[in-house]
Amino acid sequence: MSEQKNHFFIDSQKLSPKALEKKHRLEQDPSCRKDPMEYFPDMEQIHSDVREKVIAQMKAYDPSRYTSIDVQRALAHPRCSIEDFKALLSDAAAPFLEEMAQRARRETSRHFGNTVYLFTPLYIANYCVYCGFNCYNDIERLQLTPEQVAHEMKVIADSGMEEILILTGESKARSDVHYIGEACKLARKYFKNVGLEVYPMNTEDYRYLHACGADYVTVFQETYDLKKYETLHLLGHKRVWPYRFEAQERALMGGMRGVGFSALLGLSDYHKDALATALHVYYLQRKYPQAEFSLSCPRLRPIINNEKINPQDVSEKVLCRILCAYRIFLPYVGITVSSRENARFRNGIAKICATKISAGVSTGIGDHEEKYTGHETGKTGDEQFEISDTRSIRSMYGDMESEGLQPVLNDYLYV
Amino acid sequence: MEKNEEDVLELGGRKFHSRFILGSGKYSLKLIEAAVKDAGAELVTVAVRRANTKEHENILDYVPEGVTLLPNTSGARTADEAVRIAHLARELGCGDFVKIEIMRDTKYLLPDNEATIRATETLAKEGFVVLPYMYPDLNVARDLVDAGAAAVMPLAAPIGSNKGLVTREFIQILIDEIDLPIIVDAGIGSPAQACEAMQMGAAAVMANTALATAGNLPLMASAFREAISAGRKAYRAGLGRVLSRGASASDPLTGFLRD
Repeated sequence: MSEQKNHFFIDSQKLSPKALEKKHRLEQDPSCRKDPMEYFPDMEQIHSDVREKVIAQMKAYDPSRYTSIDVQRALAHPRCSIEDFKALLSDAAAPFLEEMAQRARRETSRHFGNTVYLFTPLYIANYCVYCGFNCYNDIERLQLTPEQVAHEMKVIADSGMEEILILTGESKARSDVHYIGEACKLARKYFKNVGLEVYPMNTEDYRYLHACGADYVTVFQETYDLKKYETLHLLGHKRVWPYRFEAQERALMGGMRGVGFSALLGLSDYHKDALATALHVYYLQRKYPQAEFSLSCPRLRPIINNEKINPQDVSEKVLCRILCAYRIFLPYVGITVSSRENARFRNGIAKICATKISAGVSTGIGDHEEKYTGHETGKTGDEQFEISDTRSIRSMYGDMESEGLQPVLNDYLYV
Repeated sequence: MEKNEEDVLELGGRKFHSRFILGSGKYSLKLIEAAVKDAGAELVTVAVRRANTKEHENILDYVPEGVTLLPNTSGARTADEAVRIAHLARELGCGDFVKIEIMRDTKYLLPDNEATIRATETLAKEGFVVLPYMYPDLNVARDLVDAGAAAVMPLAAPIGSNKGLVTREFIQILIDEIDLPIIVDAGIGSPAQACEAMQMGAAAVMANTALATAGNLPLMASAFREAISAGRKAYRAGLGRVLSRGASASDPLTGFLRD
């Protein structure tokens, strides 16, 4: 049994013929892959009905059923219902983009005023099984030592940044919980606010990392379309789709203050993925009303050694519509726009609905000093993806101010 | 009566001539000074978590000298967290005033009354001047009095909603029954609504989003100042009667009574 060639996969020239054969079989023959719904023995299973609710809504959603009347009705309602949200995500809403943006802006202003939070991500390792860090992709691998982590953090903190997002690859074997915990403890010394974007883990691991100083956990589901997901993550922990879905809930059970969500728009039908992402937040909020929630909105961008992936199917206008719909449906959640988007888009979207943007970004490993100060510091790991907005914190701060926004470096206390 | 020395708001042994408490969130730091000046505000709220920053752009640096800081505990989910945030406010040099905000819901930001009573009790015992933000419930307000609050701050409508005096009847009950100053907080969206709250007998009004989302913030600050002042004067003057319909009856129903 074979399936069409999956352009998300790439071959490394360093693999032996036998390894290459095994890789191709895994890619082309679903029967030799593990069931993505089956938990590994070390994975905690929680009792939650959130996944069922989200998936039932997503399956029942037919975006082509909605008309401009539904969109107008949705925009007229003071509170956006799930049904209204479905209309706003549908293509029937395309001609109403400006109205949606105006409404989104009012909601953002009511909840966040003109503030926009700045943060920077710090990649401390790039061992992974997918994305630009895919284990088969022949790139420079690196994992920072605690001394190197501290050095990178100091360089970033010296730039004025107060919120950091620590990222590792998906490899638990390479970046174990203890390693991440040590990075969190260091981060607490340099920053006011420490977030994590690492592989999903059990409640007790989240509790440990919270004690180490982290308070926010972001996990990208990438796609809520299980069929698509299983063709992308062929092996390893990341293959277990429900365990990933429940990561935010376990993080909250472990005492984290807030959780972040995202689909990687463009992997599958974005209407359904956007709906599922927002409903994932919606249902968890009902269960954990004290928690803070945020949404991110990556779409596919070119990856080193694989130019076939591009963001053709989610245009800027579509992305803007999805973000406006998120804001109207979930007026209280944070919306983060990463440096995958360019400066023009980020300046504009910050005035409509985004509440958090990154600055001074490097997706490489161990290269902040070089990038921040121009001093070359030796070996650095390859970058995860190309970034489109390379503004430093200082220039971002100034640009946000000149857009009439108030940049905020910290609005958080670890209590 | 334009400048009546006796009409002062007393909180924690301090006297305030302004009855407009200004919020400092949701708008540009550079506008705070103008807003405070045009509002004539003597009490300004600051989120402790916003002030929890390194030397760069601390919101406290933008609040002009001479005003009393009212640090709030936003971000607290429990009484214990509110107490810790209040301690931090003191360490940051924000003084002894504290506005307790405890929310267990990030969607509507509604206050947790029960936890608020507990935090009020703890902090009042420690010598703080405690102004608790609460959902207008008479029993809770009485408990807050017993817990040592310096004032009670009922919400008019959900924070940021600009919907006005949605809880009007319940705030009126607090004004009528509670001996502490009742400061209407949250949801006041326009000077007219602020004026109305003052006419009802509120001791002061707190606003933030209504200004932050206005086209011209300092001008709106000054409009609120005048509205609050007008409402206060109307309250002190004693509002005239309001006729429900028609003119007053020239032939009274009780005209037949003889002795």
